[in-house]
Amino acid sequence: MSLTAQQQLAMLRTRQTIRRFEERASDEFQAGHIYGVVHCYIGQEAVAVGICSALRREDQIISTHRGHGHCIAKGADLKRMMAELYGRATGYCKGKGGSMHIADFGIGMLGANGIVAGGIPIITGAGLAAQLDGKGRVAVSFFGDGASSAGSFHESLNIAALWKLPVIYVCENNSYGVNMPASDAVSVKDVAERGTAYGMPGIVVDGNDVLAVYEAAEAAVRRARAGAGPTLLECKTYRWRNHTEIKGIPDSRPAEELAVWKEKDPIARLVTQLKTQRLLTDEDWTEMDAAILQEIEQSVAFARESPFPPLETALEDVFAN
Amino acid sequence: MRQISYATAANEAMLEEMRRDPKTIYLATDAPGPLVKEFGTKRVLGTPITEATFTGMAIGAAGSGYRPIVNWSMVTFSFVAMDQIVNQASKIHYMFGGQAKFPIVFRASVGGGRQLAAQHSQSPYSMFMNLAGLKMILPSTPYDMKGLLKSAIRDDNPVISFESSRLMGLRGEIPDEEYIVPLGKADIKREGSDVTVVALAWMVHEALAAAETLQQEGLSIEVIDPRTLVPMDVETIRASVRKTGRLVVADEAGPTASAAAEICALVTEDPATFRALKAPVKRVCALQVPIPYSPQLESYVFPDREKIMAGVRAVLQ
Ligand SMILES: Cc1ncc(C[n+]2csc(CCOP(=O)(O)OP(=O)(O)O)c2C)c(N)n1
Repeated sequence: MSLTAQQQLAMLRTRQTIRRFEERASDEFQAGHIYGVVHCYIGQEAVAVGICSALRREDQIISTHRGHGHCIAKGADLKRMMAELYGRATGYCKGKGGSMHIADFGIGMLGANGIVAGGIPIITGAGLAAQLDGKGRVAVSFFGDGASSAGSFHESLNIAALWKLPVIYVCENNSYGVNMPASDAVSVKDVAERGTAYGMPGIVVDGNDVLAVYEAAEAAVRRARAGAGPTLLECKTYRWRNHTEIKGIPDSRPAEELAVWKEKDPIARLVTQLKTQRLLTDEDWTEMDAAILQEIEQSVAFARESPFPPLETALEDVFAN
Repeated sequence: MRQISYATAANEAMLEEMRRDPKTIYLATDAPGPLVKEFGTKRVLGTPITEATFTGMAIGAAGSGYRPIVNWSMVTFSFVAMDQIVNQASKIHYMFGGQAKFPIVFRASVGGGRQLAAQHSQSPYSMFMNLAGLKMILPSTPYDMKGLLKSAIRDDNPVISFESSRLMGLRGEIPDEEYIVPLGKADIKREGSDVTVVALAWMVHEALAAAETLQQEGLSIEVIDPRTLVPMDVETIRASVRKTGRLVVADEAGPTASAAAEICALVTEDPATFRALKAPVKRVCALQVPIPYSPQLESYVFPDREKIMAGVRAVLQ
């Protein structure tokens, strides 16, 4: 593993930023400042960070309903994200998208999506564009175990393998789709096996180990840039929160299961590792967290100070001119 | 002036636009030989039968700087791709706050008349008109086909090109020099003063035939072809109705929640046009059933010149 101390610390920082952003988003949602629905990514942070650390700015990703972590890991601006959650004019989508539609084409983030598996064909098309451009760009699709049974996942893998598209399909297997256990919805033991069926490597990774995810992503990116085609990476992980932050929706997952996964907290794990390697002290960690909290605070302040969109903007952007 | 068919006009439009802009690519389950020959398999992609996915891929490629033309072939097959059309393509520019453009053309043949029965004889444009965010063209002549399709390919939005399967072999005049037909501009196919007939696609030709017959009875019929369903050139239609005071709308789709219904509403909700009406408006559409197979049943279900003439007589009473 050739990651420098600095890179590892940056990864830690991004992961903690995702967690703090979502804790705050959840609080703001409960307080009624954020509308609609918020799906938290807490517990899965190592996947977004491990994958995006292996990407360049021009590489493209596409996300799901659980998209905040992917946005932050790709380098999105927290202020504009929070403003979008707040429904403000300064948000990424001018208040028209909300949590489930944050996009930043400028950093290659082609959007969160409210339709399970809806983004998979779209990023496959971005992969086609990357191949046509011939500049070594890659395209990455994030999706859940639930999405891996949808038709467009299968169609997309078939085409990507057939045409050797530079696409990396990242299945975040958090063991559930809402309350449906992956074992009741996926016909094979590992989603990764489905890659083999379409003629691409299917690789299982410990999704709570950021270095393992990074390494697997690196290899897949190298393969894609070299024109050798797509890879399916299955990152085994777990979400700590209920499916959404809306109260009153039953969570049928066993409490002991969550406890086991909390032991494998992807952030605590890296903190321990970095401390053992003497790359991080307790003070460093406290300081880093405080700085992150301050940044989140600034994003909330920015969102609050931002105006709601003028009503006439409801009629804008139906068509591009 | 050259004489070419409606189908050839579409091919010429694609060839010219693909020559003009190397970012234009083509995706379909069938990659046409002449296109492959000229542009190669990098730009002309024969896909597996995966409408849901290649429709979505066009969105991703468009958002990454390309201008895909997707040929669904029959509109029938687009239904397999509904998520990508309805949830993604039509809304993606708006819901992301307009930050990226999605220039895509979806080609789809519509209509009946070939005894292909319910699944393969459909004209569901109003289903798509009901979504905000998609433009759509419906050419009735080779001239319009070529000019409108070129505009559609140059447009920065998703545009559906509805192409009447009955008209594929229809021949018509095309100028030798380059031209385009702008989106959103209706065409007065025949001028008249007694009744306005707004006709769509194949019905334009039936309406012109009906107008010819009615002229022998001393009636002057104005035939208007909207050519673009979204955006709709409502001003040209309203002006004609204000002149004639009577409106018949003829279409090969069923009447319920249809393009014809929309045209009637656009006309009657405008106070000045409403005041100019001398009779209730009339829709001459297919019967509201899935299109049947047996030839007699099929032609019974569709409107034609006779039914248009009956419609004209009804509004003259
Ligand atoms: C096509 C579709 N069907 C159903 C839903 C409702 N829904 C939202 S998230 C979700 C579960 C998705 O599970 P998974 O893909 O594993 O992602 P996770 O929520 O675990 O991150 C469902 C069923 C949807 N958004 N889209």
